[in-house]
Amino acid sequence: MNWPHSSVGREAWQAAAARLHAGEQCLLGLWGEPGCVHMAVLQSASRECSMLSLPCADNRYPSVGRVHPPAMRLERAARDLYGLEPEGLGDARPWLRHGGAYPFLPAEGESLHQIPVGPVHAGIIEPGHFRFTASGETVVRLEQRLGYAHKGVESLMAGASIERVAALAGRVSGDSTVAFALAYAHAVEAALAVQPPPRAVWLRAVMAELERLANHLGDIGAVCNDAALSVMHAQCGWLREQVLRAAQACFGHRLMMDRVIPGGVLSDLPADGEQMLSALVGFIRKQFPDLVEVYDNTASLKDRTVGTGILSSALAQQFAAGGFVGRASGRHFDARRTPGYAPYDRLPFEIPVVQAGDVNARVWIRIREVEQSLALIESILPQIAPGPIHAPLAAPSAAGAREGIALVEGFRGDILAWVRIGADGAVARCHLRDPSWFQWPLLEAAIEGNIVADFPLCNKSFNCSYSGHDL
Amino acid sequence: MRRLLLKNLVQGPLTEAAPAPDDAAIAELASHVNQRARRRLGRTLAIREVDAGSCNGCELEIHALANVLYDLERFGLRFVASPRHADVLLVTGPVTRNMREALDRTYRATPDPKWVVAVGDCARNGGIFAGSDACLAGVSAVVPVDLHIPGCPPSPIEMLQGLLALLDSVSADATRAPISTRREKP
Repeated sequence: MNWPHSSVGREAWQAAAARLHAGEQCLLGLWGEPGCVHMAVLQSASRECSMLSLPCADNRYPSVGRVHPPAMRLERAARDLYGLEPEGLGDARPWLRHGGAYPFLPAEGESLHQIPVGPVHAGIIEPGHFRFTASGETVVRLEQRLGYAHKGVESLMAGASIERVAALAGRVSGDSTVAFALAYAHAVEAALAVQPPPRAVWLRAVMAELERLANHLGDIGAVCNDAALSVMHAQCGWLREQVLRAAQACFGHRLMMDRVIPGGVLSDLPADGEQMLSALVGFIRKQFPDLVEVYDNTASLKDRTVGTGILSSALAQQFAAGGFVGRASGRHFDARRTPGYAPYDRLPFEIPVVQAGDVNARVWIRIREVEQSLALIESILPQIAPGPIHAPLAAPSAAGAREGIALVEGFRGDILAWVRIGADGAVARCHLRDPSWFQWPLLEAAIEGNIVADFPLCNKSFNCSYSGHDL
Repeated sequence: MRRLLLKNLVQGPLTEAAPAPDDAAIAELASHVNQRARRRLGRTLAIREVDAGSCNGCELEIHALANVLYDLERFGLRFVASPRHADVLLVTGPVTRNMREALDRTYRATPDPKWVVAVGDCARNGGIFAGSDACLAGVSAVVPVDLHIPGCPPSPIEMLQGLLALLDSVSADATRAPISTRREKP
């Protein structure tokens, strides 16, 4: 199903920006293409999604970021990629295209010092630069500089076949490969009015929940490891590995890359697949409560996570923070419910939400989501009926270009996918917006007033994607 | 916590048997490792991981190498926080233009003798990202590569096989490989 889409003039564009500023709607994405800028929004009250496009032949458009900060980095990216100038943005620095000097924002005061970190970090993590300004131990300002993982994904997608774009979509952010492939598939299916067969819809949901499970398990352990409780890291890593091995056995790839394709899924479950998956659920159900108990009852660990890196509810709302970052700060949103998609409309599940907004809250949301994903897989398995797993895509149409848009819940939050398929059947344009676009800036806010040594803990509790953001 | 620790004590280690080193990797390495380096290093290698713009899939599997089932450290292989402490650079990604300088500087900050292992299909030649204006054509476009571990991403077992082959080549006695001097950066 496609969203309402209108081509607007400058006034209507600015009016939409004003509604974003007023909190009447949330920004789901802002992206460009040569000569045109697009915006996707979610109405705060009615929860309806829609898309606006503003043709700008002179490559200029009124900046949304000027009144609504969550759009700033998106506008800087669109300027780097398509030469679209956001009038009034007030930040002329490039974002994804590097080169030349990059002046960081100033922090003034007595006895401040700067700590530059990255793009090559001490741990095994993705490349990005963090510029801390600290007063003694306390962080006064953190400024991120991203774009180091910028691979030019959108330019590779333009003009490529639907299949090749699916493979690229699955490599925008490897940890969310299923969710990205699913978001892209939904967008293509919306554009071409294709219905994937029921078995494929169920299998997609199994893969999506396995991916959520694997990431949550790994990250719960990693957060504890950053607070020096390595036994949790070891135990959670063990559970995560079981999920990946089940994925390998059931779908033929540990991360399930290239398994979700437009029209359905690529590989079917083996004969004993359902049995393996219910054994996996049983195994984690048995092991996980002990780990939750350790997390909840280790004072030295709680001392690090409680009250650390607090993200205010107001900022989470303003930036429409998706996933556990938003839900740990009181934002009740999950793309599986809003706008919602099959098969989640037929599945019971809870969306855990807490208000505290600290590292501890983000860990708890992920613990609860592990439990939800286990329950979801359990309720999906008996419903997977035999049948085809792929529907053929429609042949190229003489009707011209067709567009589709979709929102899918990855483990990190909502992923926006927009695609235009040309009359030749190839992908003319595609844009995939990672949840991290709206979470990275919030990490800058959450770390303020914390000590430098707690940054790894805060960073891991957000676990934003670099590659997904840098495209 | 006490219950968990006790349970772990009783159930014994979870770590699995080591895989055999990969033959193809041994052949690829034989020409790159010199005698002097073997004598100096013994059977231990310090690895510095560099993400040169990967999709983070390879990083997930590199992390898995350190989990209790694969337990990389039992082989004398360990990850270090600085290139100054490293013998091996483990590089992922097609090498984005924005990471070129960082990779080059990391390489130059690593003391000799050193080896570069490129991990993943895009680290070889750009892979699926080949042809992008924003990417170079793989790790060897910036630094000389001694071993390539293919896969998208390679599984922990595949990576372990490659790294064990590297370790064997480095620590084997002088009878096998021809002596070659380090190739200099082009």
